[in-house]
Amino acid sequence: MSDIGTYSFKRAQVELDREELSRPSLSYWQDAWMRIRTNRRTLASLIVVVAMVVIAAVGPSIWRFEYDTQDLNQTSKPPWASRTMTVVEPYSPWLDRPEVTAWSSTSTPADIQVVGLPSIEYVRLTWLPVRSAVKYFVFRTIVDPEDGPLGLPLGTLVGASSNTYEDRIDLEARTYWYSVAATLTDGTTTATTTAIEVRAATTLAQAIESKWVEPDSDLQPGETLKTPWHPFGTDYLGRDMLARLMKGAQISLFIGIVAPLLFILLGVVYGSFAGFIGGKVDALLMRFADFVVALPFLLFMILFKLVFGIGAGESGILPMLVALVLLSWPAAARLVRGQILQIREEGYIDASRLLGTKTPRLILRHMIPNTMGVILVSFTFAVPSTIFTEAFLSFIGMGVEPPIPSWGSMCNDGRKTMETTPHELIFPAIFISITVLAFNILGDGLRDALDARMRSTE
Amino acid sequence: MAEVSNEAVSNVIPGSGKQLLRYGLYAVVGFLVMLFALGQVAKCTGTRSSSIGAVDAATGTITLNLTQEPPQLDSTKATDQVSGMILGHVMEGLLRYDANDNLVAGVAETWSLTETDATFTLKQGLQWSNGAPITAHDFVFSWRKAVDPMTASQYAFILYFIENAREITSGEKPVESLGVTAVDDYTLQVRLIEPTPFFLSLTAFPTYFPINQAFYESTEGKYGANAEDLVYNGPFTIAQWVHNANVRLEKNQYYWNKDAVHLNVIDYAYILSDANAIINLFESGDIAQAGLNVELVDRALRNRWDIRQHVDGSVFFIEVNHREERLTSNYNLRKALQYVNDPSELVNKVIKLPGNLPGASIFPVWLQGVDGKFREEFPPTPLVTNHDKAREHYAMALEELGLDQITLVMLSGDNPSANKQSEYYQNKYAKVLGLELKLDRQIFKQRLQKMTDGDFDLVLAGWGPDYNDALTFGDLFTSWNENNRGRFNNPEVDRQVDIAKNSSDPQTRMEAFAKVQELLNEDVAILNNYERGSLYVLHPQVKGVARRSVGPDPDFAFAYIEDEGT
Amino acid sequence: MVWYTVKRLIQGIITVWFIATATFWAMHQVPGDPFIGEKAVSPEVEANLKARWGLDKPAYEQYAIFLVNMARGDFGISFTQESRSVNEIIQERFPVSAILGILAIVFAGLGGVLYGALTALYRNQWPDVIIILLVIIGISVPSFVFASVGQLVLVTINQILGFTLLPVAGWGDVAHMLVPALVLGLGTMAFLTRLMRSSMLEIVSADFIRTARSKGVPAAQVFSRHQLRNAVLPVITVLGPSVASITTGGFVVENIFGIPGLGQSFVLAVQQSDYGVIMGTTVFYGAFLVLMVIIVDLLYAWIDPRVRLE
Repeated sequence: MSDIGTYSFKRAQVELDREELSRPSLSYWQDAWMRIRTNRRTLASLIVVVAMVVIAAVGPSIWRFEYDTQDLNQTSKPPWASRTMTVVEPYSPWLDRPEVTAWSSTSTPADIQVVGLPSIEYVRLTWLPVRSAVKYFVFRTIVDPEDGPLGLPLGTLVGASSNTYEDRIDLEARTYWYSVAATLTDGTTTATTTAIEVRAATTLAQAIESKWVEPDSDLQPGETLKTPWHPFGTDYLGRDMLARLMKGAQISLFIGIVAPLLFILLGVVYGSFAGFIGGKVDALLMRFADFVVALPFLLFMILFKLVFGIGAGESGILPMLVALVLLSWPAAARLVRGQILQIREEGYIDASRLLGTKTPRLILRHMIPNTMGVILVSFTFAVPSTIFTEAFLSFIGMGVEPPIPSWGSMCNDGRKTMETTPHELIFPAIFISITVLAFNILGDGLRDALDARMRSTE
Repeated sequence: MAEVSNEAVSNVIPGSGKQLLRYGLYAVVGFLVMLFALGQVAKCTGTRSSSIGAVDAATGTITLNLTQEPPQLDSTKATDQVSGMILGHVMEGLLRYDANDNLVAGVAETWSLTETDATFTLKQGLQWSNGAPITAHDFVFSWRKAVDPMTASQYAFILYFIENAREITSGEKPVESLGVTAVDDYTLQVRLIEPTPFFLSLTAFPTYFPINQAFYESTEGKYGANAEDLVYNGPFTIAQWVHNANVRLEKNQYYWNKDAVHLNVIDYAYILSDANAIINLFESGDIAQAGLNVELVDRALRNRWDIRQHVDGSVFFIEVNHREERLTSNYNLRKALQYVNDPSELVNKVIKLPGNLPGASIFPVWLQGVDGKFREEFPPTPLVTNHDKAREHYAMALEELGLDQITLVMLSGDNPSANKQSEYYQNKYAKVLGLELKLDRQIFKQRLQKMTDGDFDLVLAGWGPDYNDALTFGDLFTSWNENNRGRFNNPEVDRQVDIAKNSSDPQTRMEAFAKVQELLNEDVAILNNYERGSLYVLHPQVKGVARRSVGPDPDFAFAYIEDEGT
Repeated sequence: MVWYTVKRLIQGIITVWFIATATFWAMHQVPGDPFIGEKAVSPEVEANLKARWGLDKPAYEQYAIFLVNMARGDFGISFTQESRSVNEIIQERFPVSAILGILAIVFAGLGGVLYGALTALYRNQWPDVIIILLVIIGISVPSFVFASVGQLVLVTINQILGFTLLPVAGWGDVAHMLVPALVLGLGTMAFLTRLMRSSMLEIVSADFIRTARSKGVPAAQVFSRHQLRNAVLPVITVLGPSVASITTGGFVVENIFGIPGLGQSFVLAVQQSDYGVIMGTTVFYGAFLVLMVIIVDLLYAWIDPRVRLE
């Protein structure tokens, strides 16, 4: 029996060609990317998100309008507003007012006439006064008053011989119905109404300054020019909405993406740690999370503003970010912990542990991917809700500092005039909606691509 | 998006749709039951705002809203506009304002005012709403309460015209030393420290309203906290006050002039501050009056509502910080800013609300002068906008300060109107002067704190009158006034105000104020912005509503409802 | 179970104490005090005011006094509504917020679970697409816009009908709450729908579903006992904290619909530096939230037997 020695054994031949992989091996992330690429919806939403980021990054620097350039002659203009402007003389007070040469033959002011060109610079009215008048009231409205109220009270003139009025307040290029009402000595009031078409106007100096015409232009008063188009209209100070939306994208996307990324990451780390360790540590950590959740956001927001010394003229975005990150993570932490508690009990975890997998690897490779669905859903929801938190702060007057816009603050400004100039609300709302939509679809796609459990179903 | 995949079907357990439907049905039933239960509970919260519409001629009721809950209705402590407005309906001072803003008899029957003495004879037989007689002692009691250091009233200063008032508040003298005596039940004597020709108008101010001592003491420190913790002597009583929800006034049957009161009920059924929400209530016929801001004007015009105008009496300006360490203490810089300033552009193109007047002076146009209006008798020298001169002065300022560029900080509130104005100025200063304006937007208390600490270069500020006399504006920029937050200091202004304060001759006083007006503009104490006016819509059947600059506003005390169709 | 609950409650009290301390400290760091007003207050009066509220004492002493009073459940008097105690204000306002909040949560919870389940069942078919679109609208428009638009729609409906179907603003009846509660719950509803959908999809392929079905459990029972029950789990986790935030934090909705709730009171208190109301509300809110979290954890253990308490 002693003959059997080492030499009696023959080394087995390894058949290499049998083990050959017919396709390249895919890592988790490579696989995920492949899935994203092949899903049209996910890809489209990814493109939208990237496009938004690009718009925010380069848009403001290439667009022809600045976000903070005001044009008080073109406030709250919708995109389809007329762009033609008449050149007028610079404004000078109305000194050569017409004398009273004739009186109205009835007890009503008669024959309302316009002096000069009625433009958004001024509308100068004159009429035949009433001998027995004590006071005149001048009104203006935007619908034919017929027999109803005369509209906006502009001014009161005392004395029977008052026969002129100059209106300069908030004039727009549209038809106005002007009424002159006379209160007589016997206390009765009667009025005459006339419709006046007011024209958009600018002075040559203004036009040159706004670069609508060449500096050596010889446009004469009365001639017209065309102003550049504001594709999304203008806001309440005549600023270009598109420029503001792009600038606002910087703020809203920054706060809307960076803050959730940070606080969800924080929450995932915290929650998975707590859920995995369990026991006393878990209880303690979760109590701390409860504590953070209950801190009043508003108060701490003000406090962070103070700590960061947000001075005048700064956007105030940093303290907002810090406040959001420090106070918003517990929700994600609770969610992830809940999931981890479940997963901890799964058989494959025990199996993996038996095979000697180290804890960090266990968490990273088995637990986190299995909670990815929930994490992504809460991220895609955290994006809009963070954008809204910023909007809410704008609503109560604590948002980003003007003149820097954010989508939320633009929505809030637009909300007030949603009946008369809806474009100021609709465009920022659309931007928010598109972004949110993109993030949601992207979130769905990512979940399908990253979530281990989802994959097994296919 | 609507791609149908077979894979979806395989993901579904058969029959689950039906099961879900059943659950849905349970849920709806459960929901309805719960809704009913919640409704019952909600009724128990004591709140009620189901209303019968804006006006009801049959019951003489009008329904309105408040913009905020009155913090409390103790007249000695009230500071805000809403409390003042309600108190003006349910209380009455020695004198009161009528619908045309004239001072008329209130509790007092007759009165006399000399340089430093005032005597009031009260009407006899007047009663509080609990039947107790109204006497001169009620005034002595409330005035003493108002200056009592224990009360710590923020409006104690409004009584400082009375002898020893200031000393009492600072704890130097006992409250009994206040210069007011009830000679008998119906005679009240007041000793003033200086000629106060406008003292009569002060007696219409809420802090001067009477309080019944016996009742006050019976409330054990809760006076003014609830409807039942108050006793009334005005045209109305508070019948119901559900905190934060509604305040319901009913006609006071004990009021001496109750025949002049036509309404039976004024129901402040809503407490709402959002301007759009308020106008929605008006449009749906729930309230009889609503304020209009610039965003809502077109909507009101389209609806053909009855729009009215009202001058609320306040003056708005940019207060400049004159402290030495600030760049704005440089005269040329201030002058440059003044030459840029264009109040008429601000009003016409930024504020855009008719009724607002371009500012020209710290004294508003409605103030009384010697015989007519002060501003007509003493028109301020017009300040002209001139960009070239502005640049000249700016260049001089740069040189004097040894700077290439100036950056200033403008403090402002957080309301939309302040935003608009500060953004306008930021753009304007940059465009005309190349000056960088940083905006410092702060919420209410923080802004006031910064103003008090002098932590600003420019601040959007305003001033509302406390009483109907030029002095309420005139002494604002004296060196001793704590409201002079920019610490403007001009000895000549101080001297002129002293002259005005020590005289009861209208001519002397108004001339002194005219000099103050000129000095403030010359020295650029402030940059004038605008005098505030407001627009509001009123239900066409409601008549006789008094809107005023000084005193309770809006005043529905003597309003009435016209029959429909007339 | 009982011991666990008691332990959690004790921990909760400690958490609340932490919250109170942090808020107290934060509040005193923020500049601006309650007594500063549009019209300057003379130094004498300011001193009197500070003395009345004990603000003239050093901070640690104020803190000690506050703690002692808090232990007795007393938060003192409001700084802005001087004659009323903070407790009174919370007692008045919380039920209003709670009623509105409960309704909103019910809207959100029922809607979320129902829609979520629906979309999962009809994945990629038209009910899914429609609901998801609605959800997107629900989450992509800020609540203040929703509230404003909702109110305007009410005005228009009432005008067309010629009578008041639902009041535009105010409080007191079921009719007053429906629209505000819907607006308030909308965001959460959308969130829950998506959460529900995703967890439904995950669970349908789980082993225990397969097991249950292969051993012949009726499909309907598998759906309701196994799939739905398991899918609801993450929803409940999220619902806990949002119950508290919805019932107390509806500032926007309360502000626009004129509802006298706690959210409005708190924002105003912060703006006005009303220390009493800030502290009272924060501690109350904190306690409420901690309680909700405890309840959710208990509920979690009850629904999912795999989760062991401890």
